Amino acid sequence: MTALCALFIRDLRLAVRVGGGALIGVLFFLVVVTLMPFAIGPDLGLLARMGPAILWLGALLASLLALDRLLATDHEDGSLDLILTARVPLELAVAVKALAHWLTTGLPLVVSSPLLGLLLNLEAKASGAVALTLLAGTPALTFIGLIGAALTVALRRGGLLLAILVLPLTIPVLIFGVAASNAAIAGPVPFGAPFGILCALTLISLVIGPIAAAVALRQGLE
Amino acid sequence: MSLIDLANPSRFLALTARALPWLAAATVLAFAIGITEVYFAPDDYQQGATVKIMFIHVPAAWLGVFAWIVMSAAALGTLVWRHPLADVAAKAAAPIGAAFTLMCLVTGSLWGRPMWGTYWVWDARLTSVLVLFLMYLGVIALWRTMDDPAQAARAAAVLTLVGAINIPIIKFSVDWWNTLHQPASVLRLGGSTIHPAILVPLIVMAVAFTLLFVTLHVAAMRNEIMRRRVRTLMMLQAGARMGP
Repeated sequence: MTALCALFIRDLRLAVRVGGGALIGVLFFLVVVTLMPFAIGPDLGLLARMGPAILWLGALLASLLALDRLLATDHEDGSLDLILTARVPLELAVAVKALAHWLTTGLPLVVSSPLLGLLLNLEAKASGAVALTLLAGTPALTFIGLIGAALTVALRRGGLLLAILVLPLTIPVLIFGVAASNAAIAGPVPFGAPFGILCALTLISLVIGPIAAAVALRQGLE
Repeated sequence: MSLIDLANPSRFLALTARALPWLAAATVLAFAIGITEVYFAPDDYQQGATVKIMFIHVPAAWLGVFAWIVMSAAALGTLVWRHPLADVAAKAAAPIGAAFTLMCLVTGSLWGRPMWGTYWVWDARLTSVLVLFLMYLGVIALWRTMDDPAQAARAAAVLTLVGAINIPIIKFSVDWWNTLHQPASVLRLGGSTIHPAILVPLIVMAVAFTLLFVTLHVAAMRNEIMRRRVRTLMMLQAGARMGP
């Protein structure tokens, strides 16, 4: 337990102190949202209608781009080998790492989404719904991404491959995240149904992600 | 004769060398019967002759899914039992599965043009088959990115199994997201809704496609084994030339 706590605190410290990973993710999110009106036009009604989808896509891409920091830096400096040989179960260790990663990259996206919602002419209620669905859904993105990060950790240029492997697996999260946001804004489906499924997807990924990532790491780095 | 006896690649090669001509002959025969039956199958009263695209489209879709099941079984063989041929089976199945999935997409799109008036609609089934195709390409990309075949096999096995868990979830999500396609009509409770005049050729074609898959898969596995032998020989040769 102490070892896991130490790992958790170490990862949080690294994320906060080295190169501002959290801020760069939010900055990327802001840039993506800013680009959207240039592509689809400055019509405020259209932007409000597409707002939840734009915010979700931006958050998906931002969390995807942060994934290479999840394991690759530890692989480079050798600390991943220490984690692999440690007595702590590898599944728990990677789960703790993913949790710390989510706190430093996923949570800032959730917090900044209402502000970006203003740019997209979203009402307060709609912004709140998007933030709530992102809060429930971004952990799933991180934990699914964990599998991809573990698979590509030993590759020198795994970035693009990581995206190709991970993005199809995130489709259900995207579908139900956007559906729940739209249900809260316009209906006719009640908000609870898609939101409940979104939470279920997150819970499933919390289980599958660390197990599959641990298998991949053990098999790949032996 | 059990699975473990096949673990020796030389024995596998010897056995399949004898079996392959028979498999190929059975495939040709099944296709001959199937295509004849399809030729005499009645046209649909609404769709006309275009309904015959179904006899390629549906078996291709079935095999696109079946190939992933074969890959998942092989992935278990790689991760759990370290079966030496499981790697080869998984690697050989991926491009074949991708090809059948692509065939399903192309025929579906050609069928959609006269029926729906457009080549592509974001309908639930088309979309989930497209996602399946993307996942096949991801697995193939992973196979090709790693140099060491054993390492690539284990990484691809993890991805295949994660995909096997995710594919039903994706299917369900996409169904929820949008449905325009007709519901499943061959296999369902209360019997099939397809008339026997169409159902029988469809089943014969499905058998023919499955035989085709098995034949291609065995042939591809043989090629892969030989490719690995060539690779090993070339590395030995290079090592000998470099000196100790």
